Amino acid sequence: MRQSATMARTAPVEVERPTADTSTVPDLPWLVIVWNDPINLMSYVTYVFQKLFGYSFAKASKLMLDVHHKGKAIVSSGSREKAEFDVSRLHAHGLWATMQRDA
Amino acid sequence: MLRAVPAQLRELLDGELDAPDLRRLFPPAYEDDADRQAEYRSLTIDDLTERRREAIHVLEETVDAGHLTEEQLTAWLGVVNDVRLILGTRLDVTEDSYTRPPPQDDPRFAQFALFSYMGFLEENIVEALASTLPPEG
Repeated sequence: MRQSATMARTAPVEVERPTADTSTVPDLPWLVIVWNDPINLMSYVTYVFQKLFGYSFAKASKLMLDVHHKGKAIVSSGSREKAEFDVSRLHAHGLWATMQRDA
Repeated sequence: MLRAVPAQLRELLDGELDAPDLRRLFPPAYEDDADRQAEYRSLTIDDLTERRREAIHVLEETVDAGHLTEEQLTAWLGVVNDVRLILGTRLDVTEDSYTRPPPQDDPRFAQFALFSYMGFLEENIVEALASTLPPEG
């Protein structure tokens, strides 16, 4: 992702300890993954996570930075129908999202 | 420019949606399951395309407006982001492209300049829209 000059002026992230997250919830077999790409702006990706999933700025920023630095992040999970819905919303916003069954 | 670009995006959406330029607009949901991917695409492609057409329409209707509503600005953001995805795909943008843009005599220079301007515009739109998100806690 691209960190713009605008982003660089401000502190990009408030570090948040990883919380329980969805990975600890049982019976959630499908994972929604967002992959890093060199086009989408970091601020935009953070905004989309906040808007679509209602995540706090801190959580959305952490996920965005995971995408940026680790190449991908799990942004939601649930039934196949829910995962498909989330993936399609991410696609509508131009993010590179895929889904796969939790291993 | 903000008149020409949406029109060009509409032309692309009216054309072949499998075009390489558009692959970032319609990425696969399933990477390892061709059947499910085909089903996903058939279920979502019309909606994903129609949303984009509507956003283009809103931008065209409000391109001279002195004030934009949150909904209108959201439509602008969608169009600008789509255009960046297409230009970035055409230009084969990498993380290094931003610190090493093509030189002025490069045939990609003009497109990269437009790509950069769209990024600047998008930053400003995101900043405005982020302030409209519901308060936390």
